[in-house]
Amino acid sequence: MAVDEMGGDCSSSGAQELHVLAVDDSLVDRKVIERLLKISCCKVTAVESGSRALQYLGLDGERSSVEFDELKVNLIMTDYSMPGMTGFELLKKIKGSSRLREIPVVIMSSENVLARIDRCLEEGAEEFLVKPVKLSDVERLRDFILRGEDKNKTEITRKRKTCDDSFFATLGIFTIIPQM
Amino acid sequence: MQRQLANMKQSLFDQGYLDEQFIQLEELQDDTNPNFVEEVVTLYYRDSVRLIQNIEHALDKNPLDFAKLDSHMHQFKGSSSSIGARKVKIECTQFREYCRAGNGEGCKRTFQQVKKEYATLKKKLEAYFQFARQAGPVEKACRPK
Repeated sequence: MAVDEMGGDCSSSGAQELHVLAVDDSLVDRKVIERLLKISCCKVTAVESGSRALQYLGLDGERSSVEFDELKVNLIMTDYSMPGMTGFELLKKIKGSSRLREIPVVIMSSENVLARIDRCLEEGAEEFLVKPVKLSDVERLRDFILRGEDKNKTEITRKRKTCDDSFFATLGIFTIIPQM
Repeated sequence: MQRQLANMKQSLFDQGYLDEQFIQLEELQDDTNPNFVEEVVTLYYRDSVRLIQNIEHALDKNPLDFAKLDSHMHQFKGSSSSIGARKVKIECTQFREYCRAGNGEGCKRTFQQVKKEYATLKKKLEAYFQFARQAGPVEKACRPK
């Protein structure tokens, strides 16, 4: 369950590395999703059940919040059909937690059932991926999440910049009008 | 030898034993993980022994618990699909249909097919990987960076 290191060519431009928690009871699927994520330059923690996932996220009350912050999870990818707690039940628990509900959750399923997809999206899942998951799915997800993370970080800078821009725009109007 | 290896692989696809997903896995292979596909397939074999046994035991029960049979087969179908085992997957699907129809005989019959396809694929893949090892390092499928 250790957090693994990134793959070979991920060191470019100091781009932020996402930490993804992958949940799947299938050994084969865990290995594949792990590889897909590492190739996409994500840190991966792979667990085999919803209850292990909750343990890791500190929702079982055992982990202190300080520990949790160091291992911040940017995305949770979970299989739908798992013994014990399904991916849907895990999704509900995560969205029901004030501390964790902001973490995007993606459901993966081999069964393309519309009612299931709707239910998951309604419960707050970011996306529903049909298995087997492809590299292009993961890369698309990563880019989407990264944009979201960037947005959060630059929000303050953007606000400041907007103020500056407005100021200069105002100046611009005063210089343009005389030329007309 | 490389060409023989390529031909071996091509025939696995042409005969329908493998599908696109196997290629997806190959694209995840590189210098840092040169045996990725074989590793995944090995995990699949290990997993399959357990899953096949579960189904076998469940098929021995009387009356049959179709929900349980379906659930076991769902797992086996899932991992078969994840490695691109096309023919195995097709038989798994058929099995699940018999489960849903509550057709015990159909399940038992189809399960023999599932095992047969699995055994055939395993044999072919073992030969393929063994040959690949002998053929030496192969130029990997290009993966867009």
